[in-house]
Amino acid sequence: MEEIIKKYKGIIPDALLDEINSNSDQLNRKQLEEVLEKTKAAYEFAKIQPGEAIGIITAESFGEPGTQMILRTFHFAGVAELNVSLGLPRLIEIFDARKTIKTPSMEIHLKKECNNDVDKVKKIAAIIKQTRFQELVSEFSINLAKMQVEALLKKKKIREIGITPVTIIKILQETLKSCIVKSDGDKIILKTKVENSELTEIYKLKEKAKTVFIKGIKGVTHVLPVKRGNEFIILTAGTNLKKVLQIKEIDQIKTTSNDIFEIAKVLGIEAARQAVINETTNVIKDQGLEIDIRHIMFISDVLTISGVFKGITRSGVTGEKESVLARASFETPIKHIINAALSGEKDELNSVIENVILNQPVPVGTGLPDLVAKMKDEENEK
Amino acid sequence: MQQEYVYKKINHIVFGILSPKLIKKMACTKIVTAELYDKEGYPVDGGLMDIKLGVIDPGLRCKTCGGKLKECVGHFGYIELARPIIHIKYIKVILDLLQSTCRECSRLMLENEKIEEYLRLLEKLEKEKGILQKKRKIKEILVALKKSTKCPHCKAKQIKIKLEKPYSFYEKEKRLTTLEIRSRFEKIPDKDIEILGINPAYARPEWTILTILPIPPVTMRPSITLENGERSEDDLTHKLGDIVRINQRLFENINAGAPEIIVEDLWDLLQYHITTYIDNTVTQIPPARHRSGQLLKTLSERIKSKEGRFRHNLVGKRVNFAARTVISPDPKIRINEVGIPLEVAKELTIPEKVTEWNLEYCKELVKKGPHNYPGANYVIKGGVKKKQITPDTQEQLHNELEPGDVVERHIINGDVSIFNRQPSLHRMSIMAHKIKVLPGKSFRLNPAVTAPYNADFDGDEMNLHIPQNEEARTEADILMQVQTQIITPKNGSNVMGCMEDSITGNYMLTKYLSFTKEKAIEILGKIGIEEFPQFKETVTGKELFSALLPKDFDFYGESKSNEPVIVKKGKLISGTIDEATIGESDGTLLRTIFKSYGPEVCANVLTNSFRLGIAVLLEEGFTTSLKDSDLSESIKEKIQTVIKDSKKVVDGLIHRYHDKQLDALPGKTLKETLEIEILRELNMVRNRVGSIIKESASEFNPTVMMARSGAKGNILNLAQMAACIGQQALRGARIKEGYIKRTLSVFKKNDLSPKARGFIENSFKSGLNPIEFFFGAMTGRDSLMDTALRTPKSGYLYRRLANALQDIKVEYDNTVRDANKTIIQFTYGEDGVEVSKSDKGLIDVKSIIKQVKGG
Repeated sequence: MEEIIKKYKGIIPDALLDEINSNSDQLNRKQLEEVLEKTKAAYEFAKIQPGEAIGIITAESFGEPGTQMILRTFHFAGVAELNVSLGLPRLIEIFDARKTIKTPSMEIHLKKECNNDVDKVKKIAAIIKQTRFQELVSEFSINLAKMQVEALLKKKKIREIGITPVTIIKILQETLKSCIVKSDGDKIILKTKVENSELTEIYKLKEKAKTVFIKGIKGVTHVLPVKRGNEFIILTAGTNLKKVLQIKEIDQIKTTSNDIFEIAKVLGIEAARQAVINETTNVIKDQGLEIDIRHIMFISDVLTISGVFKGITRSGVTGEKESVLARASFETPIKHIINAALSGEKDELNSVIENVILNQPVPVGTGLPDLVAKMKDEENEK
Repeated sequence: MQQEYVYKKINHIVFGILSPKLIKKMACTKIVTAELYDKEGYPVDGGLMDIKLGVIDPGLRCKTCGGKLKECVGHFGYIELARPIIHIKYIKVILDLLQSTCRECSRLMLENEKIEEYLRLLEKLEKEKGILQKKRKIKEILVALKKSTKCPHCKAKQIKIKLEKPYSFYEKEKRLTTLEIRSRFEKIPDKDIEILGINPAYARPEWTILTILPIPPVTMRPSITLENGERSEDDLTHKLGDIVRINQRLFENINAGAPEIIVEDLWDLLQYHITTYIDNTVTQIPPARHRSGQLLKTLSERIKSKEGRFRHNLVGKRVNFAARTVISPDPKIRINEVGIPLEVAKELTIPEKVTEWNLEYCKELVKKGPHNYPGANYVIKGGVKKKQITPDTQEQLHNELEPGDVVERHIINGDVSIFNRQPSLHRMSIMAHKIKVLPGKSFRLNPAVTAPYNADFDGDEMNLHIPQNEEARTEADILMQVQTQIITPKNGSNVMGCMEDSITGNYMLTKYLSFTKEKAIEILGKIGIEEFPQFKETVTGKELFSALLPKDFDFYGESKSNEPVIVKKGKLISGTIDEATIGESDGTLLRTIFKSYGPEVCANVLTNSFRLGIAVLLEEGFTTSLKDSDLSESIKEKIQTVIKDSKKVVDGLIHRYHDKQLDALPGKTLKETLEIEILRELNMVRNRVGSIIKESASEFNPTVMMARSGAKGNILNLAQMAACIGQQALRGARIKEGYIKRTLSVFKKNDLSPKARGFIENSFKSGLNPIEFFFGAMTGRDSLMDTALRTPKSGYLYRRLANALQDIKVEYDNTVRDANKTIIQFTYGEDGVEVSKSDKGLIDVKSIIKQVKGG
């Protein structure tokens, strides 16, 4: 049986062969051959034909459902507590290849040893979450008499995240080099080095002190341990994939971010391609729409084919077309024409829109085949 | 119309800057005066409307080519500028060049060896990594060049050059005249500028500074004659008039030896006029205006934006042989037909070539003429002269008709047409239909094809096109016909199917109806089926439906309520037919037929089942009324308790919140937690009520029947009509305070109870109180806004996608490549399967196995 199936390798896609193979015990030899022949015929029928303008079909497949998508950005991604941007705005974000996305977030999976223990998970979550100085302070005040900033610490919170006031002072002193940091009971006092400094400077100091980064992973503003299936995972707001992947307890394989640029940087362009597929599928599914995976893969390929994650914008994929007329007819026509004139660019007219402009047949689909005729002279020469 | 054959094809287009020499060469005359017309209203020689530049008045002949209006495309002229003027669009390049070349010797400030090296590097980069990498490298070189302070060739010290926007250059405090700039540029050797990405063959640097200005032909700036006989000139002509006038004055002043200041002022003025002539939206300078204050539309504005030359005229083509009118439904025509009014049929034509074999037929057409249908409107003699058929010419044309002529005949039944509804979002928005001439004044289409067009009949209009040659007609016939488009390439589901009433009809039919033999045959007769099996005295609905199916059709599927639907040997054995089997996008039965019997049979089954559904409803009668949403007292009570219980739960939550006993969810405040919990509880009310209604409602309740069959609506809609509308949510939360601490001024402050936050207890039937109505209106307005804001956003996304992807196609070697032949995928979608030929993106191995085992 295996042998018969093997014969069709390369003729029928492996996935289909596997499916037949898993069902082969129900069939006798003759039936199996018939199934294989019929599958082959079905596959041959379904194969795409050369010349098919597959790009425009993909564009249509996204453009048409786009009109049905909800504009409302925020949606709850499974849990009520964490907002994730979805719907049309998110789709635009992905296709634009925006560098900064609206709601960056990570899905952190943990290694088997610790993904069942709530306490352990919470501990890891606490390590990941970034803490800024203002979160540890219950009250900031400016002492006008002494011209200093006084910060009243939240004792409970400090204990929770496992840090001592001494280390806080140390960190503060290291980051705010222009001032003197002192401890005064529950308070931390910040003073500028310059004598008789102005009030505005003190105020600036206060604001600066608030944002001093104390602990955790930079960029991760919220963490949320959630039970998914029978394991706990950590959802975050804000991403920093590189740092998170360095944490021992984390499952490096499953952990992912929704920031595609970050993935491209940390894990490479192939990972970014997969990330685009995943994120797009996610958006489409969430909207209750159905778009074939081939279109999603296709668009991911287009976005990442150059080795860098590039958006479908005038500075991205469209802006890099070879044809001057194609670029000019999209956006900023004058800029393109001027630059083309300077460098004496040549438009070879081998894509669609230039030929539309010139009233010539377009080189896709039925416009593709050419008739090659042998001229009489040529024949005679031979 | 003249028949033309394409015998030449544009192979490529090269872009470049016009050199003064070339401008002179392509010009036919020199413009010397700003005057337009003389006293008689005749264009002045050497003026801007000189008839050497082309004609825009009927009756005149072009002095250059002798063509009349519409024959002559127009010719360029030129003016000699008294002083060189900067072309505003090249301002950046001019700055780059000034900064990177020596002020004394005009060489690029790089050693000779380095120049050679960079040239080689750039060439290599372009070959290996593309133009983009090259451009990036050029930018790098430029930045480095601008820093140099000493020329390596003549050792001259460099002075920093600054651009004072929009168009003045300063070397320290001294302003550089365009004369100086131009003379510097003239000296730059060809090799040096290549490094900056400028191709000296097409763009010498000095050409960016104009000494000669081309004057566009008048045909491109026609004047319009107003009602009072006055002429109103085009914006460009106005602007050119200014330019010529100022130029003239500048010449005079220079020749008269006027003081420097006056010359410079005029020079600047000329620069201003030429700048606004090229681009009237340059920042820092006041745009040129009409006397009325309206902005002039000059060259750049003509090209730019949606209404510009590119997107409006070049990419957007207009056509003849098209018709547009209101659409209306007609289930009696086939899905690949379109009903057109007689008036349209007499106006649209198809060119029919006269041969020996159809001479008589064509003569008949000509004889009938334009007013008797089917006739003809024009005869084209010898492929050149188009002659209208009028009562005067008819006789002669009829007699002289001979093989080789072309008759433009009226369209008749069965001709191919292309039918379209905007917005054309996918390829099913334009499909080929066969013509069917019908009485009436609207386009008729089968309601089953409204789904792909996204059309309805509330006043929608659609366009119809008639392909004019054999190639176009065959292509439309084979590739674009409606039945070939049943399966969408989006996800492999069917875009056409039975809708609304026809689904209800088929559902009722296959669920419980049966007819007498006579009735059954009558119904089949009504829908046009003449072949059917021997019926018994009573015919069940299933048997009746089976009459539509192919004789050897096997099918295993599921209905909407997940019961199996089995068809064996063309007979529906069990299960009810509903949305899941014949509906749009879910029609598994239709898809199976499409796959095994092809588009024609599928279209037949679709058309017939559609008609059958309606015929059954006509026979049986079907209505929906207020009665459908009547509830018994016990059910009402049940619903009331559900609502009351939920209210109690909410009250409890609010109490716990006030007593601070509520546990906050991680990352949320107490108040947010409360809102989330309350919303969760109240959202469940609707579902609970829905399930009570679902259980209690009779299966034969028409509204329930529509919901169950998937024809229209769902149980929740019924619940909203009969029992309770439920919580109104705005932006994923309950309605928030608009006044201080309350939603409306009728409530107490800080009222968190359901009714104060948009919970509607009433049903549509019982009626809403004013407050509830207001909350309902709020969510209604919100969703209206959402749609209004969404359309342009998604439209733009679509435009960008289409523009970026349009030239990507499958090549003959089965790879997917773009226009540069860059491979994007080695095999399309990793398996080379086209979605519109697959079954929801898959090849259904399971059903093949089933088929083999069964057969």
